[in-house]
Amino acid sequence: MSTSRPRPIGLLTATLALLRKDLLIEWRTRARLNAIIFFALATLLMFSFALGPDTKLLEKNAGGYFWLAILFASVLALGESFRVESENACMDGIRLAPADARAIFLSKALGNTLLLTALGVLLVPVMVALYGVRIVTSVVDLGLILLLGSLALSAPGTVYAAISSNARARDVLLPLLLFPLVIPALLSAAKATTLVLQGDPMRQFDSWAGLLGGFNLIYWGVGFLLFPRIIED
Amino acid sequence: MPPLSAAPALALHDVSKRYGRRWALARLTYALPAGRSLLLTGHNGSGKTTLLRLLATALNPTAGRVEVLGRDAVVERDAVRRDVALLSHASFLYEDLTAHQNLTVLARLLGLPSPADAASAELSRVGLDRRSDSPVRSFSAGMRKRLAIARLLLKAPSIALLDEPFGELDPAGIRDMEAIIAELKASGVTVILATHLIEQGLTLCEERLHLQEGRAVAA
Amino acid sequence: MGKFIKWGLPALALVVLAAGWWLGLVWAPPDREMGDVQRIMYVHVPLQWVAMVAMAINFVVAISYLMKASWKLDAAAEASAEIGLVLGTAGMITGAIWGRPTWGVYWSWDPRLTSQAIMLVTYTGYLVLRRFVEDPEKRATWSSVVAIIGAINLPIVWFSVRWWRSLHQVQSTPKTVDPEMTLALRVSAFGMLFLTIWFLVQRYRQALAERQAEVALPDALPSDLAAAGGANSSRVA
Repeated sequence: MSTSRPRPIGLLTATLALLRKDLLIEWRTRARLNAIIFFALATLLMFSFALGPDTKLLEKNAGGYFWLAILFASVLALGESFRVESENACMDGIRLAPADARAIFLSKALGNTLLLTALGVLLVPVMVALYGVRIVTSVVDLGLILLLGSLALSAPGTVYAAISSNARARDVLLPLLLFPLVIPALLSAAKATTLVLQGDPMRQFDSWAGLLGGFNLIYWGVGFLLFPRIIED
Repeated sequence: MPPLSAAPALALHDVSKRYGRRWALARLTYALPAGRSLLLTGHNGSGKTTLLRLLATALNPTAGRVEVLGRDAVVERDAVRRDVALLSHASFLYEDLTAHQNLTVLARLLGLPSPADAASAELSRVGLDRRSDSPVRSFSAGMRKRLAIARLLLKAPSIALLDEPFGELDPAGIRDMEAIIAELKASGVTVILATHLIEQGLTLCEERLHLQEGRAVAA
Repeated sequence: MGKFIKWGLPALALVVLAAGWWLGLVWAPPDREMGDVQRIMYVHVPLQWVAMVAMAINFVVAISYLMKASWKLDAAAEASAEIGLVLGTAGMITGAIWGRPTWGVYWSWDPRLTSQAIMLVTYTGYLVLRRFVEDPEKRATWSSVVAIIGAINLPIVWFSVRWWRSLHQVQSTPKTVDPEMTLALRVSAFGMLFLTIWFLVQRYRQALAERQAEVALPDALPSDLAAAGGANSSRVA
């Protein structure tokens, strides 16, 4: 039986295999994905109603609203991605396969990053139309901040979604844990986005992008180290 | 037979497992000689499932040591995981993926050379080849059980841990499952079987362990 | 030792705290600019300091738990987070009371206040998580992870808020402090510290007793296991 046992796969291969599985599930449940997209769009729309027809105010705060919409959507997306794993104890299934717990962290966090980045790309034109803003500095800067911000929400989000998916009152617990944690990320992403939309005469963009980069380094590192303790203990 | 024939297939040294406020297993000591298969019996809540999950390394013991083929189930967890496969109450199946996709995901994680072909082969072995592209969500309980056993077979384990494999199966399904278990045994796999169908279990297994409130008692 | 903690420590704490507050409220001169309002400092500043001490204990204990699991560390984590949260909240409220007559507002978005508010929310989340996880081992591990991540976050928050607010004037306590004030503040701080240590010890004992009751209920425990007494504690001592 044990003659032609295949060699165990490496961390990267396992991550890619799991990421491929997650993306396949996202694709096969497009309706759920669409619902999250429309939720984010509705959030953008609700901000304009909450503030009344003051276009100046909307224009000034567009960056912040944009990131709040992404943050709210990310809570839903993260919750869903771990609900899928707990449905038939699938998380046990992949742990026991065996798949490296760190590969599970990386695949979930990367999958969520991809989803949020794609969501952001869809939201930008809507924001431009709805809030009357335009991209002043460059699209590349906006893309960079979108990627960095999505990465920054995804790493701690994955850790906390793994915890809260196994606790009682998981829908309340995830935002309660996650929101205070991502304040620095939200702040720098919103600020940098505002600079892209309103011009950046003092060249502050790089420092905000740098702060986001540092945040990412810390939380991807911490998540990579601590995630195995969450799902294996 | 696996090469480690000197070591017992599994050994429990004073193993206890607590869930919150309840002891599921209490100071269990047992050794299963290599090459024998084990029938686990006992009422609901007697600790059978917990014992299988400990052997599968899905759980860590609260106290004591679990050894599988001479390896510590906590210290050498990954090595043990490669040797054992668990058929559990929970099917480990993604509802939104098809039967074939479910097996392909596992085949990739196992590092099999051609995952899609391996998945197809196991599907026909359990008689699900015609439904291979249907999502699991559309499957009946019996079909899920078949797919779950295909998942176990795909892993080609040295030790198969079967938790109520006959549950939710019709008489034909039970016969098929018996044939699969006999086939596993014939190919040298150690079978650990927990079931209420003691008759079937006794014909398939040489050893028996009866659990009562988390402890081994004479059957 | 047990007697000292039960009676000596609270007595010492109350005496030192009373002395400190007498020094602060009666003996020390009023602030040249703020007048008597400034005297709330002898309550506010010690509260903030001991809250930080409690949170620092929580951080160290959480890391230690992940390195070597034990119910004592878990109990210490619960005690320090709870007491840190209570003291921090009291510190923040006294700060707001002080802020109103001094700055004209209860609240401002300066880095220190903002970071502290986020700290209080973080530890509220931490304590909520502890209530929502029933399995004691999982609760201990998960809350340690959350405590570590939350603590790492606080300097990042402080830094980013400072940057975010860099165009605004940062309000802070005046640096002109008389030596009498310093003495009164120090004595009050030691009093508060002793009181906190006493709180921590009491709450720790309570939490440890809860854990032990949780993991070894006699009616759920087979008799021979209870007699051995140790089987439940070999992995998590």
